[in-house]
Order: sequence, then C-alpha cells, then structure tokens
Amino acid sequence: MTEDNRFFDLGKTGLTRRTALKGLAAGAGLMAAPGFVRYSQAQSSAPIKIGFQAHRTGIGAAYGRWYEKTTNAAVKLINDAGGINGRPIEIIVEDDGTDPKRGAEVVGKFASQHKTDIVFGTLFSHVVVGSAPTAGELKIPYYVVSEGYHVASGKLNRWVFQPGITDVRAQVTSVAPWIAANIGKKVTMIYPDYAFGYDHRDYFAPAIKAQGGDVIAQIPIPPTESSFTKYLPQIPADTEVLYHVMVGPGVLTFVKELGEFYGSNKPQLFGFIDSLEAVDINSPGLEFLDGSHFWEGSPRYAQANDSEAQKAYRAAVGIDDNGASVGDAKDVSTAAHMFGCWETLYVIKKAMEDSGYKGPEDRAKLVEATEALTEFKEGPEHPQGDKIFNGKIHQVFGHQNISKVEGGKLKVVHRTSIEDGMYEPEADYTTQPL
Amino acid sequence: MAFFPHLLLATLEGLVTSAVLALTALGLSLVFGVMRIVNVAHGEFFMLGAVLAWAITITLTGHPALGFAVALVLSPLIVGGIAWIAERLVLRRLEYNPEATIVATIGLLYIIQQLALTFYGPEARPVAPPFSYRIQLPWFGYSGYKLSIIAASALLLLATWFVLTRTRIGLVMRATQYDRETALAFGIPVGRVYGAVFALGAMLAAVAAVLIVPIQQAHYLMGLDPLLLSFIVVIIGGLGSLRGTVVAALLIGVSDGIISVFFSPTLAKIIATLVVALVLVFRPQGLFGTATK
Repeated sequence: MTEDNRFFDLGKTGLTRRTALKGLAAGAGLMAAPGFVRYSQAQSSAPIKIGFQAHRTGIGAAYGRWYEKTTNAAVKLINDAGGINGRPIEIIVEDDGTDPKRGAEVVGKFASQHKTDIVFGTLFSHVVVGSAPTAGELKIPYYVVSEGYHVASGKLNRWVFQPGITDVRAQVTSVAPWIAANIGKKVTMIYPDYAFGYDHRDYFAPAIKAQGGDVIAQIPIPPTESSFTKYLPQIPADTEVLYHVMVGPGVLTFVKELGEFYGSNKPQLFGFIDSLEAVDINSPGLEFLDGSHFWEGSPRYAQANDSEAQKAYRAAVGIDDNGASVGDAKDVSTAAHMFGCWETLYVIKKAMEDSGYKGPEDRAKLVEATEALTEFKEGPEHPQGDKIFNGKIHQVFGHQNISKVEGGKLKVVHRTSIEDGMYEPEADYTTQPL
Repeated sequence: MAFFPHLLLATLEGLVTSAVLALTALGLSLVFGVMRIVNVAHGEFFMLGAVLAWAITITLTGHPALGFAVALVLSPLIVGGIAWIAERLVLRRLEYNPEATIVATIGLLYIIQQLALTFYGPEARPVAPPFSYRIQLPWFGYSGYKLSIIAASALLLLATWFVLTRTRIGLVMRATQYDRETALAFGIPVGRVYGAVFALGAMLAAVAAVLIVPIQQAHYLMGLDPLLLSFIVVIIGGLGSLRGTVVAALLIGVSDGIISVFFSPTLAKIIATLVVALVLVFRPQGLFGTATK
C-alpha cells in the first residue's frame, strides 16, 4: 500500500505547500490585472448573450430540436440586420433534459457561469415551473415559449415572461364557442396528468359551459403511459366530442388505439396538435383522424391565404409546404409552437432597444421595458399574426387556428379573434419589487 | 360499458402485456440464472430491437409484412451480436464479478441509450404492422395484430423451452447454471456458453420489442419500463426459472390490465411493487425458484 499511495502524496513529488500558494497567487494576480477584463471597454461591440434552455433530450426532445432550428434562423436574420443595439446575438445552448430539476440548474449555470444577459426558450410547463424560482432569485429575465397558464396565473415571478406564444387558458377559451356551435356540446376530455393537462381541465370546462355545453367526463393519463386502450372504456357512450390533448412519445399509439377501439362509429374528435407535433399526419394508423379537428397555434401546412411574412418565415426556418424539413420530408416540424421562439426573440430585441440595454446591470430596466409593451403588428417579426401583450401578467394574446384533417393535410377552417381568448387577469407582476 | 365487455377488454390488454413481458423477463432471468449477473442494460437491448425494426422496415419498400418479417429475424440477430461483443469485451474482463457487472451494465445502458439518441434521434417513430385487421366485437373493436402478438409470444416461449430442455445447447447451459466448476471440469467451454447466453437474453428482449413496436413506437427512452417490469417478474417468478417467469408475467400483466381498467394504472403499479416486497420477505427465492446453494 505504501508504494501505491505515492500519487496522492504531495510531499514526495516535490510540490510543496509554498509553491502551490505561489502559483495560486500568481494566477489571481493575472486575473486582476487590467488587461484581463477584455470586454470592459468594448461593451458596445461584445455580443448579447442569450442562454437557450433547450429540451435536447428527454420527452421534449423533438420539440427542442425544432425550437433550436427556429431560434437559429431568427438569430441569423437579426444579426444580419445589425443585431440588437448594434451588437450581435450569441446563443448559448444548455440541455435541461426536459427535467425541472436540471432546468433550475441550467438557469443557475447561465447566470453565474456563462454570464448570459437573459435566459430564453423553455417549452415544457413543469420545467418552466421548476426553473422560474431560480430566475427570480438570480434576477435574470426568463423568456419562456411554453403556452402553460403558469406565467399569466401570477404564480411565478416578475422575471418570467411569455411574450411570443399564447397560453392554454386563452387557447381553450377561444376554441370552446366554435366547438359548441359546430361539432357538439357533450364533451369528454383526455389530457396528460400534470400541470399542462390541468390547465386544459381547469379552463376548458367553464368555457364550454358558458356556451351551453358540458364536460361529461375527464380522463387524466400519466405522461409516461405507453398503452391507452385500458383508459378508453371510461369514455361515456353519449359523448359527442372527444377532446384530446396528449404529449410525449406515446401520442401516436393513443390515436391508433382510439381508432381500433371505435372504428368508424366514433364521436367527433377535437384535438390539440400537441398530440401530433413532429408526427406525420399520414403515418400508418392515423387514417382514423380524417375529418377530425385540431387546434394549431400556427398552421403546419402552408395555407392558400398565407401572408408574405409567413412565407418568408417558413423559408428562413427551412420547412416546406407540408411543414416538414426542406431537406427531409419525413422530418416533420413542431410548427404550431416553434414560431413562438421567433416572435419572442423579436420581442426581446424590441425591449432591449427600448430600454437601451447595455449589460446585466440593465436587467431590471429590460423587465420594465418588456412590461411596457402593448401590441405587436403582424409582419416579418410576428409572422403568426397580430398580438396584444398584457404587461401586468407578462402574457401575450393572439389568434388561434382550428384546422380540419382533409386528404392527409390540415386545412384551417376557422381563425379566432384575439378577443375570443381574452380573460380577466388574475395577477399583477408589476407590483412586485425588482 | 357493461361489466363483461369491460372485463374482456381488460383481460385482452393484460394478455398482450404479459406476452411481451414474458419474453423480455425470460431474457433477464436466463442471464441471471446461468451467469449470475444482473443485466441493467436489458431494457436497452429491448429498445435497440425496436429501433432496428424501424430502421429495417424503413429501408425495405414493398408490403409492410415483408419488412416486418425481415425485422423479426434480423433485428434480434444484430442485437444478439452487439450483446455478444459487449459480453466478450466488458463482462468477461470483469470476471463476472457481481458488483462490477452491475456498474458495467449501467454504463452499457447509458452508452446504448445515448448512441440511439445520437443516431436515431429523439422522435418516437411508428412501424407499420404486418397486417391491420380490426376485430369488431359487439361492444368495442380490437386490433387483430395485438391478438397475434399473444400467439407469437407463446410460440417463441415454447421454442425457448424446447431449446433449454431438449437440445444439447440447452443441456450445456443448464449444466453451467447448475455448477460452473464441474461443467468446466467436464470440458464445457463455459466462457463461450456465457457469451451465447448473454446474446440469447438480449435477443429475447429484442424480439419482444419487434413484436410490440407496431402498437407502440420506437423511442430511445422506451427501455426503462420493460426493465423495471422484467425485474418485478423475475423476482416474483424466481430468478432462472422459466416456468416461474411465465407465470409471474401472466400474473403481473393480467392483473395490471384488470386493475388499471377498473381502478387506476397507478394502483396496479402499487400492487405489483407490494407483491414484490412480500415475495422478497416471505419467499426470497421467488415463487418457483430454488434456494441458492
């Protein structure tokens, strides 16, 4: 044993405590020397660092990949046009594994290690809820693209914003009148058994009641479930509309098993495209969806009346008319959500320009400037459509699309107004101290 | 829905789960029985089987049944080959030390999983079933393919049983399991037997995955559930016992189906875990296992 110990014995290798201390002191001296702080006087040209909290792995990985593509496309465009306040954007990506605990660590890492100006880009609601307290503690602005109601609910803090995508409460409120008027009033809901699903459960039922309809059954399904037939007998026989919103790798199985269970004798289906994001609608087993309806944030398939801005956006991100990657027709995008990254980046740009943002010392000014925003016009920066921003609840409101599956494509049959999704705000973040 | 159709659906669902579970767990049980190592990477061989099935069916054009048939043969062979290489390169060099092999197979789990993520990607991808016949019962419809899984699994289990009890290879395997030193003394190439058993275990997981992939999808994280369930089955049935594994898989699968349909899936998991705890307390060798010498 005595011989083996040598590696760890400092005394024998000639490295004394004194030399070690000298080395440390020399290193510290170097760091403190004036020339070492490279950007102290070059701040005007140093890049603005945006920490991108990405779902590269875990159940959100398919979304994460497309969020990254969209973000890179928008950043390239912004940088080519001169950046923000004359400074280029630099995106620093950290994978959160679609895991709330790692999400919080990633936010901490951005703030203290990468020293990014802000954090951006999170989708899955449980990761947002897990990461938001850390962003609040470290006082770093946190722009999410998550569509959960948690931001608008007032449960998070003043540093969290959702300015590029609407929240679930607004979405379900705006589609409920159309469902009641067009496909049926007795609704059975199937949703994932966690925060995102609860937003649907809590806000769709009152919205459909207000239209004279009723939710006759609610079936929560654990997010890790891989087989669904066992839940289907719980659907009451007098269901007129089956409202489904599912996420994760099991969704395709869910729809296929629904098809096997019902055959042609099925209730009307209304789904959130979340169930089939990144999945080809013409996959084997999905014929069952023909004629059913979906909510879409932004349409996956190019529509006849697409604006120039929408066309330019699709080209920049690299998706074809079917919403799949230009290079690989089988690589279907998460088009209904990923536009939110694009629009959020332009909101950040606007707020940074409004506040004359220079560096991390201006983070509080950036928060106030974001809160002061009120509306975004449809155009290259907001290709999905007009938006109204409520600075008190840090949430944006916009149009929603209802699409019908016809001939293997999704065709938009109804576009809601912004007002359809408005609700009475329940919070005011601006009263919280910065 | 009335009671009887409800029960029928629950039982059918449970039988499908059992069929796949029995194959997967048998692989785990075999590896433990003969080699005395706990293969934590077993679920990843399952996942690899599904991912390869996707890759094979996507490469072969023509009728889906053709691609599926090729996948059913080729995918387990490839997975078996990978397992054999892993056994030769890693486990053999650790001299099958129980603690070291657990850590090594955990490492293997992460390596396979991350390689799948890198080369296959994060999406869940569907595989077309060889045929899509829907059986319309008076109360609900059911997938004909799912029923065929039960039959296919029963055939494969019979084949495994035949190999283990009626062939020379099976005899050699059983001899190695019974007493390694004596087998060695009688000239049985124990090292080669270990390699073959590890490969066979992985192949059983892979073939189960190929059977299930047309009704689920191939996904790089899909190995976790089968691994946990296989452990539950193997502990209840008794490590190394073929009969015990099949009975325990039926018990866990069918009760999971019935309890989740009538009560909740969470309760089914709670009860399965409770049964494991009770078995460990009152019959540590499992229902059909023999006490270790």
